[in-house]
Amino acid sequence: MKIFGFFGGKRASAPTARERLQILLAHERSSLGQSDLVAVLREEIIAVIAKHVQVDREKVNVKMDRDEKVSTLEIDVEIPLQSGARAA
Amino acid sequence: MGKVVVVTSGKGGVGKTTSTAALGAALALRKEKVVVVDFDVGLRNLDLILGAERRVVYDFINVIQGDAKLSQALIRDKRLETLFLLPASQTRDKESLTADGVERVIAALKKSFDWIICDSPAGIERGATLAMRHADVAIVVTNPEVSSVRDSDRIVGLLDAKTAKAERGERMEKHLLLTRYDPSRAERGDMLKVEDVLEILSIPLLGIIPESTDVLRASNLGTPVTIADSRSAPALAYLDAARRLAGETVPVTVPGEKRGLFGKLLGWRAA
Repeated sequence: MKIFGFFGGKRASAPTARERLQILLAHERSSLGQSDLVAVLREEIIAVIAKHVQVDREKVNVKMDRDEKVSTLEIDVEIPLQSGARAA
Repeated sequence: MGKVVVVTSGKGGVGKTTSTAALGAALALRKEKVVVVDFDVGLRNLDLILGAERRVVYDFINVIQGDAKLSQALIRDKRLETLFLLPASQTRDKESLTADGVERVIAALKKSFDWIICDSPAGIERGATLAMRHADVAIVVTNPEVSSVRDSDRIVGLLDAKTAKAERGERMEKHLLLTRYDPSRAERGDMLKVEDVLEILSIPLLGIIPESTDVLRASNLGTPVTIADSRSAPALAYLDAARRLAGETVPVTVPGEKRGLFGKLLGWRAA
């Protein structure tokens, strides 16, 4: 750090810019545009399940995680006892 | 059929209008028939950069609403006979720019021009999404600066999702045009380097336009920089970018830069 001060200059700022952008964009790319998809999926999943069993809308959780290579879709549905599930 | 190009960026003030005028003039210098279309309703400026501000009679909205024929609204450049401008309306509200109307006008322009270059307004609202809507190719104008790179990334996402081409399941061709680049500041570590921006946005490079006083000079004169002083560094960079856009293979360099420093850029070309 002293070397930079020695020449009266400041530390290079571009590497910081680059790092901040990489972190920010990794986050934004995975969250933006996906909120729509998750909302649509959630509605359709609720509709399909509701045909067969009664569910509480609040107990349906849809979550999407995006990794570098694969995305995972996590669906968590809580079905109450005596929800009127029919035997096939 | 002409090729529709959108010049877009998300962020304002990065050089969309300057680049639209410079590339349009560069393509017209090749004797190709070019129309540059201003999509910035209420804040038109392409007319001013082209030096045609006193010749605007009818505009894009007049054509959409049937108040004028397309041929009446098109303004032929006084220097280049194959360059035309379709100005935006300065007085109407943005709602007058309808999806239907834009589609009709673009379809008509495709029949008589080789290139239809759409100058997008800043932002990601209606004007910007309509400007990119019918594009075959997108030029993403970016400054080597954090907010511009972030906004460009957002625009790349929109190009891949909200355009007619994307909705048909086709791949949108996207190119990066890096403007206001200062090689000495980048070399000192005070500005993002070309390779940093390319790595972050991961779209092919169309050109690097160096920061230059010639750009402001050209806009003062109302002349696209590519014809104001065709031997200036930004003009040479735009002329090369236009050749790449037209499908030629031209190595990417920063004009005026010492040879060798950008040697590794030689391998990059517009895909």
